[in-house]
Amino acid sequence: MSNVWTLAKRELNAYFASPIAYIVMAMFALIFGYFFYAATASFMSQSLRAAMSQGGAPPMNLNDYIIRPLLGNASVIILFLMPMITMRLFAEEKRSGTIELLLTSPVTDLEIILGKWLATLLLYAGLLAVSLLNIANLFLYGKPDWRALAVGYLGLILMGGAFLSLGTFLSSTTKNQIIAAVLTFGAFLMLWVMEWITFFSFGPVAQALAYLSITSHFESFSKGVIELKDVVYYCSFIFLGLFLTSRSMESLRWRS
Amino acid sequence: MIQVEGLTKRYGRATAVDHISFEVKKGDIVGFLGPNGAGKTTTMRMLTCFLPPSEGKATVDGFDVLENPMEVKRRIGYLPETPPLYPEMEVREYVEFTGRIKGISSADVGKRTAEVIERCSLGDVRNKLIAKLSKGYRQRVGLAQALIHNPPLLILDEPTAGLDPKQIIETRKLIRSLAGEHTIILSTHILPEVSSTCESIIIINNGKLEAIDTPENLTARLQGHETVFVDVEGPAEQIAGKLAKLAGVGRVEQREGARSGRAIFEVEAAKDQYVRSEIATAVVQSGWKLHELRPLGLSLEDIFLKLTTHDQAVETPAAASSEPVAESPTGGAQ
Repeated sequence: MSNVWTLAKRELNAYFASPIAYIVMAMFALIFGYFFYAATASFMSQSLRAAMSQGGAPPMNLNDYIIRPLLGNASVIILFLMPMITMRLFAEEKRSGTIELLLTSPVTDLEIILGKWLATLLLYAGLLAVSLLNIANLFLYGKPDWRALAVGYLGLILMGGAFLSLGTFLSSTTKNQIIAAVLTFGAFLMLWVMEWITFFSFGPVAQALAYLSITSHFESFSKGVIELKDVVYYCSFIFLGLFLTSRSMESLRWRS
Repeated sequence: MIQVEGLTKRYGRATAVDHISFEVKKGDIVGFLGPNGAGKTTTMRMLTCFLPPSEGKATVDGFDVLENPMEVKRRIGYLPETPPLYPEMEVREYVEFTGRIKGISSADVGKRTAEVIERCSLGDVRNKLIAKLSKGYRQRVGLAQALIHNPPLLILDEPTAGLDPKQIIETRKLIRSLAGEHTIILSTHILPEVSSTCESIIIINNGKLEAIDTPENLTARLQGHETVFVDVEGPAEQIAGKLAKLAGVGRVEQREGARSGRAIFEVEAAKDQYVRSEIATAVVQSGWKLHELRPLGLSLEDIFLKLTTHDQAVETPAAASSEPVAESPTGGAQ
């Protein structure tokens, strides 16, 4: 397993040596910061109105009014940014020929895949750390429930891991980074909007599609609830993504 | 060290490598020779477990490339045609990374990296980004990567391609200095490289094995008959008749491209016969004017061309007179 770490370190190094990591982080910080500002500003005006209303409205909760919608928004932001992270994973190595080094070194396909996936997961964790800087402000001025927050972040990590495994797979199918990015972005978008079908349809097909949607499983996490079915969903999604990647690497050998 | 039997690679309907068989002994330096697209790279990729063979068997140090790829990979240092470099890494960092993924323990990897950097004369650039290196340096970094785990077998795909003459000489020197410790297979289409570095040559063309021998034997085998180029002013038929009757002359052929009034011949001597002086005497005694008389030497280039242009020679009458191809001693399918 030390190989996995060696490969992951090299991969992370590549993100930080090129501007990719910084640009993705900066964009995420900007957009997340904007959403954070919007959420807190509207919270403030609403709580002011509630305090002024007669009869006294029930007290408003930071978790429900700020953190939950914010985490939901974060899941959409990462959906847009993730393809930029995963597109180069295999496509770049195939284009430049360095894949030949990896495949002729005594490392297994699984180690290569896990190393790459782990590197993207760590970079993604870095993004989430940026968002925590915003959230930390809430602790300065209020008392949000940190356990619910932690569950929300666990959900984000699991969902991100699932996105990343699919992105890793799609990058392994081509040597063109743009193609990898477009495929990945399309797939993510589909997996997000699939749950919208339940707005107008209620049959078993709609139910199934809604279940498959990657964002619908984040709902309970954002409420601070760990549901086994969601954890199982994300874990099987990650497994499937990495498994498909290993199949794709195998076929790369036999076809090329 | 290497045993290859009936190795074949097909891409769809195209056959890139067609039933190649050869053997490389421990400590040999073997040159893999062939025109571009002959199947050199594909063969090397099969030996390094990058591509699985469609048919046939290849073993390295007793380990089969399909059944035991990990053991094979541990024993091979491979430099692909384009060195597999990560431009965003520094030289030392990169060499160390390759050392780690090739299974060197963390305790030894630093020392080993320093040794290889020394060996490949990369000391000056050890802290430079690979992206900023010249082609010659990149090639050496690629070689360092192949050497890092001190593999018993080195496979180098066109190690001197794209280098300037000075760099080519340096790289060759480096490769020669590696002989002895390592068994080396290198591919090239530059012939002097083979004659200057290799003990044994494998010539492949169109995916088929054409010949396998030492450079000396290959030359000897094809050079048994000396061929002489003669440019004479005089009546062509008479001259041809006269030359053909000389003792020791095997075959006389008229060539095109002579100036008016002159004729050019290629005269092939019988085996181990020296005919140049007889030809000169005969021409001059008959009163014709001798403009040129020179032996047509058979360099490695000629051997190579003769072996690899076999197919075209059958098709085009202009080249039909070229010498028949030496049959392959290992029985590679022809």
